Amino acid sequence: MQKAILGKKLGMTQVFDPAGKVIPVTVIEAGPCVVVRKKTVEADGYEAIQVGFADVREKSVNRPLAGHFRKAGQKPRKYLRELRLDDTASYEVGQEIKADVFAEGDLVDVTGISRGRGFTGAIKRHGQSRGPMSHGSHYHRGPGSMGSIDPARVFKGQTLPGRMGGERVTVQRLQVVKVDSDRNLILVRGAVPGPRGGLVTVKDSAKAVK
Amino acid sequence: MDIIRQIEAEQMKKDLPPISPGDTVRVHVKVIEGNRERTQVFEGVVIKRQGGGLRETFTVRRVTYGVGVERTFPLHSPKIEKLEVIKHGRVRRAKLYYLRKLTGKAARIREKRF
Repeated sequence: MQKAILGKKLGMTQVFDPAGKVIPVTVIEAGPCVVVRKKTVEADGYEAIQVGFADVREKSVNRPLAGHFRKAGQKPRKYLRELRLDDTASYEVGQEIKADVFAEGDLVDVTGISRGRGFTGAIKRHGQSRGPMSHGSHYHRGPGSMGSIDPARVFKGQTLPGRMGGERVTVQRLQVVKVDSDRNLILVRGAVPGPRGGLVTVKDSAKAVK
Repeated sequence: MDIIRQIEAEQMKKDLPPISPGDTVRVHVKVIEGNRERTQVFEGVVIKRQGGGLRETFTVRRVTYGVGVERTFPLHSPKIEKLEVIKHGRVRRAKLYYLRKLTGKAARIREKRF
């Protein structure tokens, strides 16, 4: 990972490309993030930078965190995340990371926490098909067979109803359509995990052709 | 104004003529053929407007050589070079799907009187 930034998903819209085609885009308010602490091999066993994102009132951080930000000489932030970049040496504590680390046409991976769906059935959760709703079928949206009777148990991994969503999801190889460094915006082609207002991490694509 | 609306407003055309269902319009569309770009004109009756804001589209119907042709354009598409209104038609509904079943004289639309 060479570069990354934290952002807030603002929602989706569309833009016209120069040829007049409609491109679906997700608007991400990315940064400005600030480096709060650098982790080093000597002190922590690995290299990373810890960045803060989104201003927050002094009151809403607890005292240990407030001290942590004071040490870095920074205002408190809502989110504090570690980014394990290849080259942490070029970052200093207090340095800002802005949306313009990415450029138009870059391929990025976007990580977020997907929308929580709660306890869902097997049809929504695993894409199973529904039975007939009428003609006395008595089998509507149930999970179906649990498998053969011979093992006398249900195998692990059987697709059953349960909690869905609310987990960390990464969407790979999304194209950056536009970067607006004045308004700290990144427009990314396609959908991105999470609800509007959710925290997302935008990083350069692991699968990009170098 | 929130940022999504701002982004949409930036792309919207401000000089669009008022078009409504029943109007006869001439749409000048940019077409790319190989590496040459030229303008194609599509003339017909607006049978619907759909969606809102930047996503709004309109559908134009014309009958050529006895075959009905309908084309839907995004209203704010940069591919539309010019949009001319030839006639304002007087119609009593928003979606003129009934025109699809009608031909010849019956498919005419009365002009709007002001």
